[in-house]
Amino acid sequence: GGMNITNSTASDGYLHWNDLLIDISPFAWANIGVSAAIGVSVLGAAWGIFVTGSSLVGAAIKAPRIRSKNLISVIFCEAVAIYGVIMAIILETKAGTPPPQFMVPGLEGVYKLSFSGYGIFAAGLVVGLSNLCCGICVGIVGSSCALSDAQNPALFVKILVVEIFGSALGLFGVIVGIIMTAGCSFQDTR
Amino acid sequence: MAGDMMTFNIKDGFMEAVCRGFRSGLLNTTDYSNICQCDCLDDVKQQLACTDYGDFLSNEHPPIATTTIAEKSTDKLVQEFNWVRSQSTAPLTKFLDYIRYSYMIDNVILVITGTMHDRDPHELLEKCHPLGLFDSLASLCAATKTSELFQLVLVDTPLAPYFSEAVTDADLDELNIEIIRNTLYKAYLEDFYKFCTAMGGATAEVMGDILKFEADRRAINITINSFGTDLTKDDRAKLLPSFGFLYPEGLTRLEQAEDFQGVRDACECYGPYRNIFADVGYSSEKSLEDAFFEFEVAQNRLAFEQQFHYGVFYAFVKLKEQEIRNIVWIAECIQQDQKSRINQYIPIF
Repeated sequence: GGMNITNSTASDGYLHWNDLLIDISPFAWANIGVSAAIGVSVLGAAWGIFVTGSSLVGAAIKAPRIRSKNLISVIFCEAVAIYGVIMAIILETKAGTPPPQFMVPGLEGVYKLSFSGYGIFAAGLVVGLSNLCCGICVGIVGSSCALSDAQNPALFVKILVVEIFGSALGLFGVIVGIIMTAGCSFQDTR
Repeated sequence: MAGDMMTFNIKDGFMEAVCRGFRSGLLNTTDYSNICQCDCLDDVKQQLACTDYGDFLSNEHPPIATTTIAEKSTDKLVQEFNWVRSQSTAPLTKFLDYIRYSYMIDNVILVITGTMHDRDPHELLEKCHPLGLFDSLASLCAATKTSELFQLVLVDTPLAPYFSEAVTDADLDELNIEIIRNTLYKAYLEDFYKFCTAMGGATAEVMGDILKFEADRRAINITINSFGTDLTKDDRAKLLPSFGFLYPEGLTRLEQAEDFQGVRDACECYGPYRNIFADVGYSSEKSLEDAFFEFEVAQNRLAFEQQFHYGVFYAFVKLKEQEIRNIVWIAECIQQDQKSRINQYIPIF
């Protein structure tokens, strides 16, 4: 167990999963977190947009008046992707380019590095997954919104309220992500 | 399936939205009351021009006949249906084809009966329902031998799997034609039901209910129509579809029924049918057929309450057909000056 900086375990082979996981560099954890933040968020946003867009296009054939109003659903889905971009940028500035002394860290920097690496990874996952669910949710509700609006214009605002609650889910992920990574940094803060 | 909502719109989102757009073009109560107040068929044509129908009768010379109205309305339905079908992808295409099979069965039986009575083939083809046309339908007229009819012509059509039970070497007379029609329809309904249940999710739920009612309706109609004919109880039992709300207990009782009261008793076990028969008994204005149409309209209306399933396509076709029947009824009442019965159409929305 414990972090072996000299990489001599490569020839011995790992005995436990714990050793393997600990030996993964915190830089790797952090950057995977950043990619999860933006990648999975965009997946959710894109999913939402195609779900709502296909219904919108079809319903607008017989009810052209719904075209402009229902673009709001698409905008809500897009907002999910923007949350992902913002978090990815914030996390990237924390993960950034570590100063030279941290490239081969001494013992006093190990825990700080590990903590930051894991923190940024988890924050990226939190943001990515919550935005994935949020995007899909807003997309499905947006599809129903377009179809209902085509039948009965009074329903649009009411279903929009459901969408607003749905899009709050992505915001939760962003907030938690920011709080989690408040203490994370790869810069030398001694 | 829970995943239905997330993935339905990939292939079928556009088509469902278009179908719902068509549904919003169905006539509502205001339109119906406007049409009912017309004095002649030209007024009806003008009223219809303000609705989704538009100028569909503009090329017809006055005076317009009710048959023209029926024909042109059906043409409009067929156009919309074919447009949806041409843009659909599997499995929606297969589902829409299943809707067409029932019309195909009707057309095949029509052509066979007409050929038996030596009618002109062109006349027969014109009477066929446009949704059920297929390529080899015309060659059915040319065939003279009856049981080979099935082997040679119909084996290439989509109806081929349903014929294995229907092919007999018996003479084709009136009774046998009806038996063949009902056997075909039974095989088709069971196949359709299996297809819908295999799809799972909301489609299975919505279409399951609709098809079960259809099966029960066929069972009841077959039973009632067979009173007073040579059809034995065993033969009758073979024609009843093997699914439905009445299956299996109600069906066994139906098989034993000897008269209308027996049918009524057999349907007591299912609430909605009890209500239908209760309505039919006491007022002479409403026939069993009307009551069934009403129930069907109510079920098809419910199909639109859920999203992300194929039931909306089926329901739209059936509701549009009911609307055409309504318009023709109103037009006939106006033409024959029977305004007192004009309100006996079945309102849809």
